[in-house]
Amino acid sequence: MNSIVNSVTSEQLRTDLPDFKAGDRITVHYKIKEGNKERIQQFQGDVIQRRNAGINEMFTVRKISNGVGVERIFPLHSPFIDKIEVNRKGKVRRARIFYLRNQIGKAARIKELRS
Amino acid sequence: MNGIIGKKLGMTSLYNADGKRVACTVIEAGPCVVTQVKSESKDGYKAVQIAFGDKKEKHTNSAEKGHFAKANTTGKREVIEFRDADNANIGDVIDVTMFEAGEFVDVVGTSKGKGFQGVVKRHGFAGVGESTHGQHNRLRAPGSIGACSFPARVFKGIRMAGRTGGTRVKTQNLEILKVDTEKNLLVIKGAIPGHNGATVIIER
Repeated sequence: MNSIVNSVTSEQLRTDLPDFKAGDRITVHYKIKEGNKERIQQFQGDVIQRRNAGINEMFTVRKISNGVGVERIFPLHSPFIDKIEVNRKGKVRRARIFYLRNQIGKAARIKELRS
Repeated sequence: MNGIIGKKLGMTSLYNADGKRVACTVIEAGPCVVTQVKSESKDGYKAVQIAFGDKKEKHTNSAEKGHFAKANTTGKREVIEFRDADNANIGDVIDVTMFEAGEFVDVVGTSKGKGFQGVVKRHGFAGVGESTHGQHNRLRAPGSIGACSFPARVFKGIRMAGRTGGTRVKTQNLEILKVDTEKNLLVIKGAIPGHNGATVIIER
């Protein structure tokens, strides 16, 4: 993309968020507005992809809630993201780990990356 | 002045005050030079002619050189007239400072050429609703284009397939999200006609 076009968005890019990639287990603290009140909701799960670039970057977090798989897509640079915690680094071989959707129980685990 | 000439750079998005992501277009607008002021008495109508975008001297013919020299400027690529504009003198420089964030503008451009297209894309016809029940190859067909032995011809103006796009299009009431006076940029909410790099006119 045009560098001048990107420069328009540069001041809105978040630099306070930690580095994470597919396979990592993260907790997203997301601000939710209800009327005038604002509260923070947490969503913990495995990152299964990061897509798009620049201000449009999105990531998908998957977790198993009450035996049902739940996926949530967050815009990375959204002002509604309060903070992101990286709980665990995962060892995966690809950038998009969609095969997790077809695996149940023990098979749906991701190995931890030990450095 | 009631307008400026610019170049569409591309689209991106920005988060607004509510935290919502809004699609926007970045335009490099101006600086433009007033090259001629037309008056009722001399030209029969009132208008201001402005020019934008440098071009090489070898591409500027001598007639153009003389015209631009009157405004004390070099050769320009785009020359456009604004009718009934006032408060302009020859040689004035017009830039993005004439706009403010939050203002609503119209943008004129040449839409992307789509080539020869059928009636579904060109005029929004619905086509034939079903692809089964005996339908063969009529899915995107226009249907009837007229009656029988009377009038025994097709009326003028019946919408049919043909060249689509590549025409002058004006998109109205677009909000200005940002004005960058340093880089001469305008950030406008939503899409504007034309491809990236195309010349557009931003009107108040």
